[in-house]
Amino acid sequence: MNRSRFSLSRLCFWLGIGFLYAPMVVLIVYSFNSSRLVTVWAGWSTKWYGELFRDEQIMNAVGRSLQVAFYSASTAVVLGMLASIVIVRFRRFRGRTLFSGMITAPLVMPDVIIGLSMLLLFVAMAQSIGWPPQRGLLTVWIAHTTFCVAYSTVVISSRLREMDQSLEEAALDLGATPVRAFFLVTLPIIAPSILSAWLLSFTLSLDDVVIASFVTGPGATTLPIEVFSSVKLGVTPKINALATIIIGVVSLVAFGSWYVSRRIDERNRAAARMAAEA
Amino acid sequence: MAVTAGARRHPSEASKKSQETLLRIKGITKYFDESLAVDDVNLDIRRGEIFALLGASGSGKSSLLRIIAGFEAPTSGHILLDGEDITAQPPYQRQINMMFQSYALFPHMTVEQNLAFGLKQDKLARDVILDRVQRMLKLVHMEKYARRRPHQLSGGQRQRVALARSLAKQPKLLLLDEPMGALDKKLRTEMQLEVVDILENVGVTCVMVTHDQEEAMTMADRIAIMDEGFIQQVGSPVDIYESPTSRMVAEFIGSVNIFEGTIIDDEEDHMTLRSPDLERDIYIGHGVSSSVDNRQMLFALRPEKTWMTTEKPDGDYNWSSGTVRDIAYLGGHTVYYVKLPNGKVVQCFLANTERRAERPTWDDEVYVHWMNDSGVVLRT
Repeated sequence: MNRSRFSLSRLCFWLGIGFLYAPMVVLIVYSFNSSRLVTVWAGWSTKWYGELFRDEQIMNAVGRSLQVAFYSASTAVVLGMLASIVIVRFRRFRGRTLFSGMITAPLVMPDVIIGLSMLLLFVAMAQSIGWPPQRGLLTVWIAHTTFCVAYSTVVISSRLREMDQSLEEAALDLGATPVRAFFLVTLPIIAPSILSAWLLSFTLSLDDVVIASFVTGPGATTLPIEVFSSVKLGVTPKINALATIIIGVVSLVAFGSWYVSRRIDERNRAAARMAAEA
Repeated sequence: MAVTAGARRHPSEASKKSQETLLRIKGITKYFDESLAVDDVNLDIRRGEIFALLGASGSGKSSLLRIIAGFEAPTSGHILLDGEDITAQPPYQRQINMMFQSYALFPHMTVEQNLAFGLKQDKLARDVILDRVQRMLKLVHMEKYARRRPHQLSGGQRQRVALARSLAKQPKLLLLDEPMGALDKKLRTEMQLEVVDILENVGVTCVMVTHDQEEAMTMADRIAIMDEGFIQQVGSPVDIYESPTSRMVAEFIGSVNIFEGTIIDDEEDHMTLRSPDLERDIYIGHGVSSSVDNRQMLFALRPEKTWMTTEKPDGDYNWSSGTVRDIAYLGGHTVYYVKLPNGKVVQCFLANTERRAERPTWDDEVYVHWMNDSGVVLRT
């Protein structure tokens, strides 16, 4: 085989890879820049990482963002699961189409509109019933939950729809009450979709800047907003360092989940071979 | 098709079973929205018998099974198990267990855990559960596979586990939904006899649903033929095959040649029918005491009781000439399609008892004939 032979498909491959990853490579390289100016190279250094960890404002924002993402994802998954059960398992009821349409509407709604409408709602509520008293982490949590429910419902309901309904019937038939049947049979079977819905919601919440900037209040700046506003004042290499860490964590999680799923896949295939030989 | 009616069981064994009713289905009707799925069904299932609901898809047999299991509520009617009205009971309170068509084995549990699931719901003691699971594994010869997950088992093995799981709670009544539906043909025949052995071993009463007549006839003591939500006929496999009471049943089970005819003579010990399809009249060795106003009758004749010869038969009745139109050689027997003078085609099975015997071939002039008591007279 001639390795050095020019081929169009190989060229396209490298162009595509470059298009996707070159910006990140540049960002990672510049995070190790010793210069204060982002665009001027002045030699290798890790001092911006140190600066980053000493910057309390950014570190607090990271903590807040993780907190909001965790709570939003957890709430969204629970609500999404309930909505999925209603959509998939319940017999036809009045307004079912409307319900399933409404719950997934935030998927196609522009973030600006969601953010603005949430803001108006919170203001109106604060004026009329006095709750929530002020905008802050609570309102960001509620707003993020709203649009994460849409994604969770789509992910969980598609798995629930695929699941053989006779499994639940078998559990009932064998003497389990509907509640026990749900926790002993349905939940373990749809667990992978719940996990992926949670991860998706967590990422979306962590990533969101538009909706959060509408509904957030004093002392509740999330990481994306922090980054966005600091960029407006001029980029510091600290942000590059932060971005590099985030890229590292995301790659690690992605690689980890790929490795685990490959291991499970291999085990299943070996088991299937064993069954075929038996 | 050659149907082996009641092949497995010695007649004396069947008669040993009690006549006591275990499950009584009283006037069950089920509407799904506007469409009628089950139409006023009344059935008595006897203790210890294997009862088959046989019908084409959409005949309402599965709906009836789901009503017995408790997954659907009937629109009207009652279900009595051992004299107790269970119509309003949810499935988890009924002493009825079901083997699902897809087997519905819990994929996240091992074989052992699947078998123990129902017993754990009853809050039985640990050692009782362990003991029962071991006995069930032994019953279906799956001891070696106790720690496997369902996806690590073959189709036949999965079926054994599903059967063991539905028997583990020692239900009063076992329901089988298309028990062989997910198996290939060769395995199916094997498993039919094995499942019957296991069921008789345990002595459980069983209602099964199937669309496969061979399966129903192999496994069941009695069969109910369902069509459009209605029970057409109930009887032993022999009754159903040899004495169908309607054209639908005659045509549903096996193959049949049907001739329309008019009664020209109806006495106590014989009757004669005249059919436009046949050259000679049909003579039947018994009367039907028909109502005078309807003299139109159907004569149903099974292909294996329709004989074919090249010589002209003796006698004035029960034969017709024809020509061989098609021949289907099936190994065990050959199906001849004989065209009668007025164009009707009749089927006729000839058992291949000799190797490469001289047989009529395409376009040969032949005669079809039958005996006085070979056919069944049906009302139109």
